[in-house]
Amino acid sequence: MKHKSLVSITDYSKAEYLKVLEVANDFEKNSYQNLLNGKVVAALFFEPSTRTRLSFESAINRLGGKVIGFSDANTSSVTKGETLYDTIKVVSNYAELIVMRHPLEGSARYASEIAKVPIINAGDGANQHPTQTLLDLYSIYKTQGKLDNLNIYMVGDLKYGRTVHSLLMALSVFNANFYFISPDELKMPKEYKMYLDKIGLKFIEKKDIDDTINEADIIYMTRVQKERFSDPIEYERTKNAYVLKSDMMENCRPSMKVLHPLPRVNEIDIEVDSGPYAYYFEQTENGVYIREAIISLIMGLK
Amino acid sequence: MKNNKLEVSAIKDGTVIDHIPAGHLFKVINILKLDSIDNTITFGTNFLSKRLGKKAIIKLSNVFFKDNDINRIALVAPSAKLNIIKDYKVVEKKIVEVPDEIQGIVKCVNPKCITNNEKVTTKFTIEDKKKIKLRCVYCEKITDIEQLDTI
Repeated sequence: MKHKSLVSITDYSKAEYLKVLEVANDFEKNSYQNLLNGKVVAALFFEPSTRTRLSFESAINRLGGKVIGFSDANTSSVTKGETLYDTIKVVSNYAELIVMRHPLEGSARYASEIAKVPIINAGDGANQHPTQTLLDLYSIYKTQGKLDNLNIYMVGDLKYGRTVHSLLMALSVFNANFYFISPDELKMPKEYKMYLDKIGLKFIEKKDIDDTINEADIIYMTRVQKERFSDPIEYERTKNAYVLKSDMMENCRPSMKVLHPLPRVNEIDIEVDSGPYAYYFEQTENGVYIREAIISLIMGLK
Repeated sequence: MKNNKLEVSAIKDGTVIDHIPAGHLFKVINILKLDSIDNTITFGTNFLSKRLGKKAIIKLSNVFFKDNDINRIALVAPSAKLNIIKDYKVVEKKIVEVPDEIQGIVKCVNPKCITNNEKVTTKFTIEDKKKIKLRCVYCEKITDIEQLDTI
């Protein structure tokens, strides 16, 4: 992991996932460790993302590092027409690590080929967001006490949601049982289902949230976005079918947790927040520890 | 039989590309940039073929490909065979092989891919050699044979 970029969740092996989780657990116990000791980290956000950026900045600050960068491409030389190539070339002279988010897919892999310092992908369009996946894994591990053989229910937009795709890839090495609940228009893409078939993992697809969720260990909710529908009538018809409410979970396992990458719109009823199953806000806290762990492992400080 | 012989032996020196799927003849022409060379070229399509149903053939006078160019053909015509002709005789046969990795040649199908927005040489790993599915090393999206567009 040392000096290696983290672009895609599949860049890491199962052993590396577990290592990140172990180090994150250490940071959870003691979050302020001056490991970076004034080292400079660049945070290049070519598109705004408040949550991810603040989480990274919090992690860097807790590690005693300094952050340089921008939070919006409009305040950078991109507006002058500078290429990503040039920006990365230059910034890799200023910092020892680059955290970047970019609207174009594949931009982080490209940057990792150009930069002489490691890159952490903080989201490249609809492609990858590996630190989100690792914090999801950590949240699952913390709430279930294990990662193996869990019943994972993914609900909502399974077609475009990069978080569910990456989480599927990560959990596939832990022998998960998957349930995909989505409208027809937003089903899990064929390539992921073929992958599960190939490695011999079972999955079940459903159109509705029904009492099979009683068997769930994790319900992973995603946002169903209006712009994903070619037919607006279809959207109106389905938008309320993927809303998770407290009464649906009356017979769920006591250890079951609801996760959501956030931001949430209406897909989890507010009532759920105060119940025993909500975990999506704790999930964001875990993100800071996970990012501290990833940064310190890549910098060779752990 | 007689017809076949006539077609293949029509050039003195050069290359015959046989067993091109009929529908991909113009893709092969495009990839090899045959529209911009001065040599004599003859091509025919919709010949009956036991293996392909319908096939196309290209005959090129005094053109000899490098291995790298043969890889280019493999993408759209993995079944293609090359006959190297010298003095009306087939002196060498080459089978086209789909490589493990492709650089350049093909465009990524994803409009939001960095390779379609900045000057980046495309790079693909081959996910499926039979059905020709290319996975972009950058955006990780699959480009398959029906969507294949050359640079």
